[in-house]
This record gives sequence, structure tokens and C-alpha cells, in this order.
Amino acid sequence: MARQMTGAQMVVQALKDQGVDTVFGYPGGAVLPIYDEIFQQNEINHVLVRHEQGAVHAAEGYARSTGKPGVVLVTSGPGATNAVTGLTDALLDSIPLVVLTGQVATFLIGTDGFQEADTVGITRPCTKHNWLVKDTDKLADTIHQAFHVATSGRPGPVLIDIPKDVQFAEAGYIEPQKARTSHYQPKMKADIESINDLVSLIEKAERPVFYTGGGVINSGPAASQLLTELVEGTGIPITSTLMGLGAYPASGKNWLGMLGMHGLYEANMAMHGCDLMINVGARFDDRITGKVDEFSPGSHKVHIDIDPSSINKIIRVDLPIIGDVAHVLEDVLKVWKSRGRKTNAPAVAKWWEQIGEWRAINCLSYKNSDKVIKPQYALQRLEALTKNHDRYITTEVGQHQMWAAQFLGFEAPNRWMTSGGLGTMGYGFPASIGVQMAHRDALVINVAGEASWLMNMQEMGTAVQFNLPVKQFILNNERLGMVRQWQELMHGERYSHSWSESLPDFVKLAEAFGAKGILCKDPADLDDAIMEMINHDGPVIFDCLVEKHENCFPMIPSGKAHNEILLGAEAAAFSGGGALV
Amino acid sequence: MSPLKIEKGASSHSVYALRDPHSEIVEKHTLAVLVENEPGVLARVIGLFSGRGYNIESLTVAEVDHTGHRSRITIVTTGTPAVIDQIKAQLGRIVPVHQVHDLTVEGPAVERELALLKVANDGEKRVEALRLADIFRAKVVDSTLSSFVFELTGTPEKIDAFAELMRPLGLSELARTGVAALKRGEL
Ligand SMILES: Cc1ncc(C[n+]2csc(CCOP(=O)(O)OP(=O)(O)O)c2C)c(N)n1
Ligand SMILES: [Mg+2]
Repeated sequence: MARQMTGAQMVVQALKDQGVDTVFGYPGGAVLPIYDEIFQQNEINHVLVRHEQGAVHAAEGYARSTGKPGVVLVTSGPGATNAVTGLTDALLDSIPLVVLTGQVATFLIGTDGFQEADTVGITRPCTKHNWLVKDTDKLADTIHQAFHVATSGRPGPVLIDIPKDVQFAEAGYIEPQKARTSHYQPKMKADIESINDLVSLIEKAERPVFYTGGGVINSGPAASQLLTELVEGTGIPITSTLMGLGAYPASGKNWLGMLGMHGLYEANMAMHGCDLMINVGARFDDRITGKVDEFSPGSHKVHIDIDPSSINKIIRVDLPIIGDVAHVLEDVLKVWKSRGRKTNAPAVAKWWEQIGEWRAINCLSYKNSDKVIKPQYALQRLEALTKNHDRYITTEVGQHQMWAAQFLGFEAPNRWMTSGGLGTMGYGFPASIGVQMAHRDALVINVAGEASWLMNMQEMGTAVQFNLPVKQFILNNERLGMVRQWQELMHGERYSHSWSESLPDFVKLAEAFGAKGILCKDPADLDDAIMEMINHDGPVIFDCLVEKHENCFPMIPSGKAHNEILLGAEAAAFSGGGALV
Repeated sequence: MSPLKIEKGASSHSVYALRDPHSEIVEKHTLAVLVENEPGVLARVIGLFSGRGYNIESLTVAEVDHTGHRSRITIVTTGTPAVIDQIKAQLGRIVPVHQVHDLTVEGPAVERELALLKVANDGEKRVEALRLADIFRAKVVDSTLSSFVFELTGTPEKIDAFAELMRPLGLSELARTGVAALKRGEL
């Protein structure tokens, strides 16, 4: 006979059986029975955040840096609604999360009870799936299903809404092995015909390019290894989306850098000019394609994706391959090797020459200064002084995020956490907390803008309470920099509400929370200040005062084609055109 | 150093050359969606259509397997071939959706809709309404001295035609079920 226990006990038991070691949460009336059970055990760490949005982003950071699902526990009503932004963020970036929400008792549902919200209704469009469990009998089974759904196929956030009486009532516990998961089994392996077709294309292509995305990271470390082997074996250039950075090492010889709206010139030009585009786990987002009608007009397009709905959603492709990236790449490598490791080497060598010319433009060049810290310089120094550490980077959203993607190098997957699809300001700080919880001895840095950082600054309390030595590296331009840049370039320099006034003194703010604050405004002091940050054993707010009006280039204005990319003054002067400063 | 100047369709591999020239034509498709009959499943399906801006011309739903808790949702939708493909793929992603069948492309299918029409009239119009009902094989399921309720099954077009004829004859209310459809043949 199944073990009898209360619903609250079931929750904790099911989490343990699913291998959960950390839960990010915030208590309230509708989850008190579960909190009572958490109190009476030691296996699961509970991280008390300061706002439920922080809990969800922290769980995202945990998930993205470990490959395991992140777990969140919040109360009904406002607890659940505060989680909505994080759920949407995780949905757009395909991050596996299991979010447990309390709900008013079943007999109160529909009465506008205290702290009642239609949580499954509100979160239906922002979860991969969600459940309202009205019966303790079904609770354990549902939790196990939830872990299965969150992590199978294209990962994503799921939510289980648990009324309070269901937490109190007793029923039999169902073990994970006995849970009903068979109805959801996405296809992992692709048809061998399509694999053969791809190999034929690789063998003949004159101007091939790999365009990789977050799907490679989601597929697990094996996918990154297989990708690297295929790229090095074939000699094909590779670029990646923001979400896919680290799948192929930045120091690898075939690396073109990131592509897209603020991607590198050579990466975007290679996408525009290629004759074979191999999309591996990316989704032709509008920040990547620019003007769809003029996107890579001469290429044969291959798309490897686990989600059939990604195929032909935005860009029509010639060869769709539906399957898990690691499975597909393994098969591609096997077939490519068995057919004699062929490529069109002379043509690809010419292609590299062309890429070399694009590279020579040096699209990331900027005018440095010895008076004021340029944000790019700050990131170059951060990179130089931290790259040999066991390092994880999170970011907020804005110019600093794009500069971080351009100037920091990622050698391995799961080391870069950023809000790509939703572009959520306030993501980076709580995400850094989640990453640090999973990697206690690592150097975890949130590259932030001052405006984004303020959106979830309450999490300083969490960082201090749990001794999480997260480094908040704020590129403080006293501007909503990315907004200001668009206003400068697209709205006639009318800077409507895009500056940060009444900013706190970040050093004092750090001290008020019992943490360390560092202020740096002179380029000459930067290295020492960064070293001080790294060497401090505890959370640090690093207030790096940077140039206020720096623009982030290259930039493909929205709706423009890849070859209409704008360059900064330095690079444009060299290339002889295309400048807008 | 100029970027490669590549014309649309310049390459033999150009996707533009491969694109179906008729792809901008809007088609009507009937989809049969087999789902786990769990709470909220209909909301998921409808939310998908409204959230992503797809059309629903008609939608019917009922549990068809009471022991297995399976429901069948029949949706008539319109869109370009690319949009129809997206709709099917998006439906397929919904966790409690087991199967999506496009009856419009999977071979001949039977499509039927049921309608109830209230027609209030007297004299010549009453006689004419009855005569037309007979031609359409509509049944009288309720009658007073000055009204009928007709029951009619058929394709949506047949029901449209009958309703049009009844309008000048005193059609006062119309209830339609939306389309139920099955593929023809053994399997
Ligand atoms: C929650 C949220 N609100 C608004 C925006 C729009 N937005 C994008 S970037 C940006 C400015 C960010 O400023 P800051 O964090 O200081 O970064 P910077 O661009 O200056 O580096 C804004 C307002 C957003 N992405 N997220
Ligand atoms: Mg700023």
C-alpha cells in the first residue's frame, strides 16, 4: 500500500524524490502547511527571496547554470501574480522550472476569497503547462508529471496550484516511477534521410555557416561537445545567438562571435552571404533575422529543432530536422565520418578569406579614453581579470548586456545567463543569486545597468542573508542607455524619460545591506577596483561610473537587413561607410 | 570592402525559388484535435487561437471516450498554408493534446452540422416554409399555430442556404452546433 501522508508532506517528498536540493520561495497563508514541512527537514535548502519575481529569476539562474530544473514555492494571489514575469521569461527562453503556488481552499475557489487569484488562468499562456490539483490523491503524481513536462522536449516553466485543504488532507504517495508520464514523449531522434541530406549539403557547400542557439545549451553538455567536434572537423564558421553563447568556445578558431541586432559585423555578413545555413537550436527571432524578406537571400537553410512549431514559423527552411540537438549532431557526425569526412575545402577556404576581410573592419573598436571609463573598456578589463576563474556571468537588460555579449568570452555552456526572449530588466541580480546557490565557490558576476539593477535590488537582503558572494558589476551611465540610444538614432534625439535621476549612492546602499560597495570612476583605478571586488569574500556592489552617451555598435536597426548594419565611428572610418554616430 | 551583393533568388538554392507561389492564398481547413479531457484544455486551445491571432470559424467539443477521458475538438479555421501548418504545430505542443488531424488534407471527410431554426409566420409563408423544409429534409421538432422549430443536419453550406430561404419567411432564431467531422473510409 502506498505511504499515507498529507499533501504538504507529499510536496516535500516528491521534491526530494526528484532530486531537488534548492527551492526559491516566499511564504504566505496559502502555503503555510508546506512551509511547516520544510521547517521540519534538512535535505532541501530554502532560499528566502525578497520578492517572488526574484524567486523565479533565481530559479532560472539555477536551472540555466546546472541543467536541472529550478524550483519555486510561493503563496496564492499576490505571490502567484508576482511570479508571472519570471514565468514568461522562462517560457520565452525555454528554461525548465517547476513553480508551486498555494491556492485558497477548494471550497473557496470562485468566491473571490482572500488572496484568491485564478492562477492557472493567469499563467496558462506563460507556462508550458499548468495544473490545479483539487485532490490530494493526485498531488504526487502531478508533481512528478510536472518535472517530466518541464524537462522533456523543449524545456519550459510549469506551475502547480495547490489549494490549502489539499495540503492538509491525507492520501497515498505515488513514487516517481509510477507517475503518468507516457503521454508526453517528444521525439528525440531525427529521420536518417534528413541527416543524410544535411551531410550532402555540408559536403558541397561553398559558403556554409553554423547558426546556433539556446537549444544547444538546453540539450546538455554533450551537444556542445558534438557541435565543437563537427565545427572543427568541417572547418565551417560558427556564430551564435545571445542565448547560445558558450556552446562553442569563444577561443575556438571558427568562432565569428554573436550575430543579430548587436552582433558582430562578420557574423551578420556571413549569415547574409552564406549559401548553406545550418541552424542548430535557434529560432529565427526577429532580433536575429532583421527584415525577414531580405534575410540571407541566397542560402539553403537547414533547421535542427526539437519543437516542430519552430520550423517555418518565421523563415521558410529547405531542410527541417526535428529532434534533440545532441541526438541529431551525433548522427550527423557519424554519417559525415562514414562518408569520408568530405567538405568543399577550396571553396570554404575562399569563404574564410571573405570573412577575414569583414573581420578586419574590427567592428567592436571604440574610442577609449583616459579620463572616463568606457563601458567596453570596463568589460575588457573584467574579462581579462576574471577569465581564468571558475566564472559565471548573468546580465540585466540594455546596452551593458549587449556589450557583455560582445566583450566577454564563454568557453563552455551554462556559464552565461541572460534574459533573451523577454528582455526582462531585473533578471540578472536574482539570477546571479540562483547561480551562486548552485555553485557556491564560483565567481558569479552580474553585469548590470543601474536602471535594471534597481528593479530587483531588494535581493541584496537575500545575498547577504545567505552569504552569497555575488558581484554586482554595475555599468552606471545614469541613463536607460539602450532607450537613450534608440531615441538618439530613431527619435530625433528627444530623450523622453530615459535618464536615471535620484540614483542611490550605491556604496552606501551596499553598506546599508551589510555588504561591500566599491565606486570606480577613473580608468586608471579600474583594475585595482575589479581585483578588490573579486577578492572580497561576500556580495559586492561595484558602481562603475561610465561614459553616459556611448552607443552600442554594430547595430542593425529593427526592420533592416543584415547588410544594412550600422557601425561605430572607429570601425566605419576603417570600412569607409555605414556609420551613424 | 563591400558586402556580398546577392540578389533575391540568385542562388539555385534560394528558398524564394522553392516557395509555393500560392502560399498567400487563404484556405479553410477542418482540424480534429484529440485531447485529454482535463480541466482547462478547451481554454488552452482557444487561448492559442486568440493569443496568436488565428481564426476560428467554428468549434465543437465533447467527450467521446468516457472511460479514457478523451475529447474531440473539431475546429474549422482559415489561413495561408504556412499559417495552417503553424496552427497544427502549435496545437501539437499543448501537453494534453494527443493528436491533430487535418481532415482537409488527409483525404475525403464527412462534415456535418446540426441547426435549429425558429420560423414564426402564418398563411402562405407557413405553407412555403414547410414545403422548403421538406426539400431540405428538415424535421419539424416543435410547432405552434404560428411557428415551427426545424431541425436540419448537413454541411454548413446547406444550413446557410436553408437559413437564407427561411429569412424572408419569418426566421426569428437560429442555433448551430458547429461542424463535426470524420475521415471517410475504414481507418
Ligand atoms: C521590465 C522592463 N521594462 C522596460 C524595458 C525596456 N528597456 C530596455 S533596455 C532599458 C534601459 C536599461 O537601462 P540600464 O539598465 O541602465 O542599462 P543600459 O542600457 O544603460 O546599459 C529599458 C528601459 C525592459 N527591457 N524591461
Ligand atoms: Mg544605464
